[in-house]
Amino acid sequence: MLSIKNLHASVEGKEILKGINLEIKPGEVHAIMGPNGSGKSTLSQVLAGNDAYEVTSGEILFNGEDLLALETEERAREGIFLAFQYPVEIPGVSNLQFLRTAVNAMRKHQGQEEMNAAEFMKLARQVSKQVDLNPDFLKRGVNEGFSGGEKKRNEVMQALLLQPKLAILDETDSGLDIDALKVASDGVNALRSDDRAILMVTHYQRLLNYIVPDQVHVLAGGRIIKSGGRELALELEEKGYGWLGVKDEDEAQVAG
Amino acid sequence: MANTDRQVNELIKREYEHGFVTEIEAETFEPGLNEDVIRRLSAIKNEPEFMLEWRLKAYRRWLEMDEPNWAHVNFPKVDYNAISYYSAPKKREDMPQSLDEVDPELLKTYEKLGIPLHERAKLAGVAVDAVFDSVSVATTFKEPLEKAGVIFCPISEAVQKYPELVQKYLGSVVPAGDNYFAALNSAVFSDGSFVYIPKGVRCPMELSTYFRINAANTGQFERTLIIADDDSYVSYLEGCTAPMRDENQLHAAVVELVVLDNAQIKYSTVQNWYPGDENGKGGIYNFVTKRAACIGKNSKVSWTQVETGSAITWKYPSCVLRGDNSVGEFYSVALTHNYQQADTGTKMIHLGKNTSSTIISKGISAGRSSNAYRGLVKFGPGAEAARNFTQCDSLLIGDRCAAHTFPYIESQNKTAIVEHEATTSKVSDEQMFLCRQRGIDPEQAVSMIVNGFCKEVFKELPMEFAVEAGKLLEVSLEGSVG
Repeated sequence: MLSIKNLHASVEGKEILKGINLEIKPGEVHAIMGPNGSGKSTLSQVLAGNDAYEVTSGEILFNGEDLLALETEERAREGIFLAFQYPVEIPGVSNLQFLRTAVNAMRKHQGQEEMNAAEFMKLARQVSKQVDLNPDFLKRGVNEGFSGGEKKRNEVMQALLLQPKLAILDETDSGLDIDALKVASDGVNALRSDDRAILMVTHYQRLLNYIVPDQVHVLAGGRIIKSGGRELALELEEKGYGWLGVKDEDEAQVAG
Repeated sequence: MANTDRQVNELIKREYEHGFVTEIEAETFEPGLNEDVIRRLSAIKNEPEFMLEWRLKAYRRWLEMDEPNWAHVNFPKVDYNAISYYSAPKKREDMPQSLDEVDPELLKTYEKLGIPLHERAKLAGVAVDAVFDSVSVATTFKEPLEKAGVIFCPISEAVQKYPELVQKYLGSVVPAGDNYFAALNSAVFSDGSFVYIPKGVRCPMELSTYFRINAANTGQFERTLIIADDDSYVSYLEGCTAPMRDENQLHAAVVELVVLDNAQIKYSTVQNWYPGDENGKGGIYNFVTKRAACIGKNSKVSWTQVETGSAITWKYPSCVLRGDNSVGEFYSVALTHNYQQADTGTKMIHLGKNTSSTIISKGISAGRSSNAYRGLVKFGPGAEAARNFTQCDSLLIGDRCAAHTFPYIESQNKTAIVEHEATTSKVSDEQMFLCRQRGIDPEQAVSMIVNGFCKEVFKELPMEFAVEAGKLLEVSLEGSVG
């Protein structure tokens, strides 16, 4: 489904990704772990097509198509979804309006009829309960005055609404207490299916207790330096990144 | 013999009148402005003597005045002698005969705005059967209005039919010598609306220039006078979201609102005149004086405006809060794009006790445009316990546009309370990225973000207008990203 070959990318002239290779098949759940500054978030932003990042070489194929040739919104409509680490606020635009616009953009692309306000309201209320958000939040401005946990659950809710082919979760666990983490994880697990892939980017192992990955990759210095199964994450939790020859300022946290 | 003389005289008069009518149909004045032009204009309109005198007085004042230059706008000097001050309505054969002859770009815009098919032709200036059109409109609207005693007619008609009301109130809020453009308007105003709501009457419907039969031809010097007598209410809609094609470059309108005891006027405007092309060529200069006099106690005026058109907008709908406990409100969205310039805002003049005013201004700048808010909040010595709240928000799209805020506050009363809040924000790359990552088109994303920014103002608009205003922003913002 996703095939990344020798991907190099930089931001403001500074090279962050220095030759990433990664293959993800439908139905798989991959976790990318790594210390701060290793390029984890850059990878997710590049996949989603953020203009602030420049791809200097390499290629990304998504279902055989050249992903880098597509605009951000085209990638989204092809089924790439990014759950943001820090979702931005859009004052005055209600969640409901924002979500319906997004869902209808997707439906239009797929040749389906657009949903009217009433139909969508019904669907949105249903899905919001799935991530334990009070449906009242649909009336509020996009991410406006949301707590950290609400923002993250809102991101997961959007994934559930948009039903992507590849869901990229950028540090979806950060800032969540254990209950909120469980709710968010339940949402992500509900997304798992044979024709959908999930790419989780995380600093901490604990998320992987709730969303069990098929493969774990360690990203450091802009390269994937080690790949393995679920047990690799546990090993990292135990030993930190140090044993892989990687310096991490936050190593104490990683271990904790 | 005497009898014959009278007959002859009558005959001559009739002939003269008859000739006059044909003259009106054919005539367009030579460019230029002088007293003779004003006399001819007044004569064509068959105005009573007081009206002509009023015009001439205004003209003489105007001659002594200088064009204001304090606004934050730039434009080449207007040659007032190059303008024709009267032009007869277009002849049917000069108009496009069907929609096929109309600029396809214009039609595309109508379609996007969702304007019903039968209205598109009229807006585009196609020679539709005006008689049929106006008859239907006239009967549906005239009957309930007449029943309620509401007067709603062209001001030229009011001058004939209700001279005492016109003479009493015309210029009572915006005196002829108020400012350069108001003086010019007073001298040469072409037509406009007149509204009188009698005591205790709540106008049974929203009044709209859009539906007024002669709305299309009020010309460049529009004059509007609305009087709400004691305990009355009226909501008035000016303009229309469809882009108006207009060959007159200079527009200098005057709007006067008179509000008596416990009365309320809600005045909503959507202005969408030709803003010029993307290189800043062409476009309307819109220099308007709008003012409300809250004369009565507990009177209230709300100005709500959405400004997206015109190359240059110079406009400050104001409230003079004379009556005790009177209330003034100003809700504004001004959007500029390409090379448009807007200098707009309001004046709240607190004179009576316990008067209060609210100003919510939302300025949106895109392209290379410049958008300024200019506001004055003034408390006179008698404005005991008066209050004002002002909020000015600016939104920038791209990095070549500008937003300015010029708030002035003057207080001569220590008990007055004034609050002012101002913010400037940008449509951020992060917001755009979030929207696009969810599959939303960049243009739709901008329009959604801008609509959210304007929400506080849109909710003050009558419902249908608010929906149209949202769509209008979308159309006006086209090409503002990428």
